[in-house]
Amino acid sequence: MDSTSLEPSLYTVKAVFILDNDGNRLLSKYYDPELYPSMKEQKNFERNVFNKTHKADNEISLLEGLTIVYKSSIDLFFYVVGSVQENELMLMSVLNCLFESLSHILRKNVERKCLLDNMEGVFLVVDEIIDGGVILESDPQQVLQKVNYRADENPLSEQSVAQHITEKLALTSNVSHSMTTPSLHS
Amino acid sequence: MNATIATSGGAARRKTISFSVVDDGSSVDVDDASTGSGRSARRRGSRLTASVSRSRHFTAATMIKKFDKKDEESGSGSNPFQNLEKSAVLQESRIFNETPINPRRCLHILTKIIYLLNQGEHFGTTEATEAFFAMTRLFQSNDQTLRRMCYLTIKEMANISEDVIIVTSSLTKDMTGKEDVYRGPAIRALCRITDTTMLQAIERYMKQAIVDKVPSVSSSALVSSLHMVKMSYDVVKRWVNEAQEAASSDNIMVQYHALGLLYHLRKNDRLAVTKMLNKFTKSGLKSPFAYCMLIRIASKLLDETEGGHDSPLFDFIESCLRNKNEMVVYEAASAIVHMPNCTARELAPAVSVLQLFCSSPKAALRYAAVRTLNKVAMKHPSAVTACNLDLENLITDSNRSIATLAITTLLKTGSESSVDRLMKQISSFVSEISDEFKVVVVQAISALCQKYPRKHSVMMNFLSNMLRDDGGFEYKRAIVDCIIGIIEENPESKETGLAHLCEFIEDCEHTVLATKILHLLGKEGPRTPQPSKYIRFIFNRVVLESEAVRAAAVSALAKFGAQNDDLLPSVLVLMQRCMMDSDDEVRDRATFYMNVLQQKQKALNAAYIFNGLSVSVPGLEKSLHQYTLEPSERPFDLKSVPLASAPITEQKTELAPVASSKIPEKLAPSRQDIYQEQLASITEFQGLGPLFKSSEPVQLTEAETEYVVRCIKHTFAGHMVFQFDCTNTLNDQLLQKVIVQMEPAEAYEVINYIPAQNLPYSQPGSCYTLVRLPDDDPTAVSCTFSCTMKYLVRDCDPNSGEPDDDGYDDEYVLEDLEVTVADHIQKVLKPNFGAAWEEVGDEFEREETFALASVRTLDEAVSNIISFLGMQPCERSDKVPENKNSHVLFLAGVFRGCHDVLVRARLALADSVTMQVTVRSTEETVVDVILASVG
Repeated sequence: MDSTSLEPSLYTVKAVFILDNDGNRLLSKYYDPELYPSMKEQKNFERNVFNKTHKADNEISLLEGLTIVYKSSIDLFFYVVGSVQENELMLMSVLNCLFESLSHILRKNVERKCLLDNMEGVFLVVDEIIDGGVILESDPQQVLQKVNYRADENPLSEQSVAQHITEKLALTSNVSHSMTTPSLHS
Repeated sequence: MNATIATSGGAARRKTISFSVVDDGSSVDVDDASTGSGRSARRRGSRLTASVSRSRHFTAATMIKKFDKKDEESGSGSNPFQNLEKSAVLQESRIFNETPINPRRCLHILTKIIYLLNQGEHFGTTEATEAFFAMTRLFQSNDQTLRRMCYLTIKEMANISEDVIIVTSSLTKDMTGKEDVYRGPAIRALCRITDTTMLQAIERYMKQAIVDKVPSVSSSALVSSLHMVKMSYDVVKRWVNEAQEAASSDNIMVQYHALGLLYHLRKNDRLAVTKMLNKFTKSGLKSPFAYCMLIRIASKLLDETEGGHDSPLFDFIESCLRNKNEMVVYEAASAIVHMPNCTARELAPAVSVLQLFCSSPKAALRYAAVRTLNKVAMKHPSAVTACNLDLENLITDSNRSIATLAITTLLKTGSESSVDRLMKQISSFVSEISDEFKVVVVQAISALCQKYPRKHSVMMNFLSNMLRDDGGFEYKRAIVDCIIGIIEENPESKETGLAHLCEFIEDCEHTVLATKILHLLGKEGPRTPQPSKYIRFIFNRVVLESEAVRAAAVSALAKFGAQNDDLLPSVLVLMQRCMMDSDDEVRDRATFYMNVLQQKQKALNAAYIFNGLSVSVPGLEKSLHQYTLEPSERPFDLKSVPLASAPITEQKTELAPVASSKIPEKLAPSRQDIYQEQLASITEFQGLGPLFKSSEPVQLTEAETEYVVRCIKHTFAGHMVFQFDCTNTLNDQLLQKVIVQMEPAEAYEVINYIPAQNLPYSQPGSCYTLVRLPDDDPTAVSCTFSCTMKYLVRDCDPNSGEPDDDGYDDEYVLEDLEVTVADHIQKVLKPNFGAAWEEVGDEFEREETFALASVRTLDEAVSNIISFLGMQPCERSDKVPENKNSHVLFLAGVFRGCHDVLVRARLALADSVTMQVTVRSTEETVVDVILASVG
């Protein structure tokens, strides 16, 4: 029943996941063993969430009886899931912390390629923010200090120059893309 | 890694780049449109081919082209983890054993392993254990990130690898070492692999870590302790002093985690929780999370102690409305809104902060505010009226969830005149929102229909449109329930409603809904002016649907035939066709109804077509099973089967705004079936026959006393069993041989006491008293018992729970227990009361007139009679229409011993209420009993 208030507990986060712009899982963590115990259920849930959220950047939604806060960046989607009675702002603080910490270690290149190239850093950041569903830290500065990880400045080579330009271009193209989309909607 | 590539694959790469650029030429035009930049696409393409040629030595240009294409289509950069092979990664993990350790390569491999696990790749125990053991060697390296990844690997593999405890010493070393960066994560990894037996060994370190001055160490230790409470409560309980110390830390997260752990350890001890709350609410905490936690604990405590709103706890929650952190303010507002029995005045400050949040730029805050206001509007619509203007601004919010909640709230608070406008607004985007919110909309409509019955035509229209749209089962069910609700409330909307439902079942994929609607058609259809028009819809189902729906359709058809003589010949023809059905259930039903209908007898129709079985299905199953085990000459007696408790037809006052979709849909055994099982396991009660009725629990003590006792009255054919659920709330006492001695005032005879052998602190136990009902005077149905609890007390140590050797006898006086006529009658719903009335017949009928002097309204009279007799109101006669001076109440039930009893009470309102009661039953004494008890 929805109206019953929440049992006081530190277990705030039920799941966290990062998807790419095709809805594929890049990282996901489920903290409540009763929530989607099998991989199939988890992926179904992620697929369902992605389908409902990727079109409009609405920040918050309610699906399958769970509160979901989310954020997108270029070709990435970040989700934090909590119970429907959970304080939405708490979930939001987790999402913001996750995003800002990642943005920092990825040197503001919060996009799929860069994320995958620094996957170990991403795993570590998530591990420092949430432990078994408990919010361990919500201040991005603290997280960064604990993780102590930064994306490599790639040694200058033919490939890295190419990569650099590509990213710049991808960025501009995405910016122009995102600038045109709102007008399409309205 | 980059360096090796440059030397080994340089030539090949240059070659492939030229290839890919040429190849791209053909496809670039297309890609331009999708990515917005041809150059970037081409560049990215060349990068991928380079990496592919490096690792796999592709030479054929066609293959490269294929890869290019695939990459271009996905529109994003290459994924270094794509096409990872588990076996290849495990193969690679052999380099963990190389000396010296190459941190970068090893790090990459660990990342791959974790990535694969995260993708759901299955690792066998042997291969996982092998990789795990290889990984342990990496502890020799001092690379920070590598070490951290080892911790992660340990946590991920804790459940799939064997002998993970071999890393215990390495982790203990890191946890107590000098490197602060390692200590926190090492604690968390260590606690993940530690079991109860091992925990003793690290207890000392854990205690130290909890009070460590480095916040990350302390937090990690506290949170890990919390995880381990489930596994080894007794050990973690001993760390309570350390947690207490940590709670006064300056670090906000340490504070929060310490508070959480303390609460988990103490939550069963209300006194300790109260003390803790007092301490922290006074000292003031810095962490907003901790504040939220405190608010939750305080509101739970308020709820449990039923503390008034003048309690200091309530003051604390209210003071949090003025906290400077939004999270805390919202938590406090939400806590106040969820409190039961809040007055409008108490709600006002909470509502006004929520009103402020409605105009926040943050979507999550607006959402939280409007969702909470929606809840307030259910119980106190007037309290939210002040926010109407802010809510109006939200109905065009780009977040459709917010808009939906705003509109549904306005529907509850707004005036009747705004309904049409809001409905129009919502129908413009109802297709965009998720099913959860569609259900919210339907629930709002259903509430609205009760409030403004005149609007039902607008609503019905809207609902029928929604019914045609796509949607899941929950959504459709909500709509169907809502339409059925409207039909029952407003007789004039019956025909339109039925027509919409008929249309819906023409194309309905949900068997449950189709059968439900067919059942409704069978019940309501025959009584409409034109019953014949429904026959077509019903018979279409027989032709087109699955077995379950066909069977339901046959039953519905039979009801038309039984009630409408002019339709009977046609129904019989249709029945005959159904007898040719391929499914045996459908055939059986058709044959059965065919034969009943051909008799053309009202009583038969009533018994077998309108009013079905009233026995409990699990009870019937058990009785039949018993009968087959002990075959006897006598035929099976349906009267020996316990009756089903009547379905709860009370109006749901509090509709959940968002139905949780995770409610299990299985049929739980009813309360009575559970009692039946429990009582049957006690040898003394085995000869009593089937359980006839179990009452609701009656409290025999005040709340907050030393012992809490409640009684459940179980009625059998000739006996009653009183079940006393006792709880001992004194932690320094163990009660033994507990019985409740009963002194009846009437001719009842106490036969036996079954004591509760042991009643330790806070563990409920049950004792029973068996009483024989008087045989000689069947009208003696009510009786008062004075009750005394008798027991042996053994004092014990409150901490260890170890009792003294000696005890002493003591007793405790309980409140009196009443047995009334309602305990002898089980509610039974007769869907067609008129038919049942005729079926019972007037052989034993008595009529008497009473004046109810103390009752002033018809509503009051009706609810008094129902609760006094404990019978089921039929034909919705428990609802008195407004502005009427007379009313007829129909009640149905079964008296102990399985005698049907029906009551018709005609009520007339002058100054007081006059009641003419007519009772019919299959047994004469029952009629006398009822009338005697009413008088």
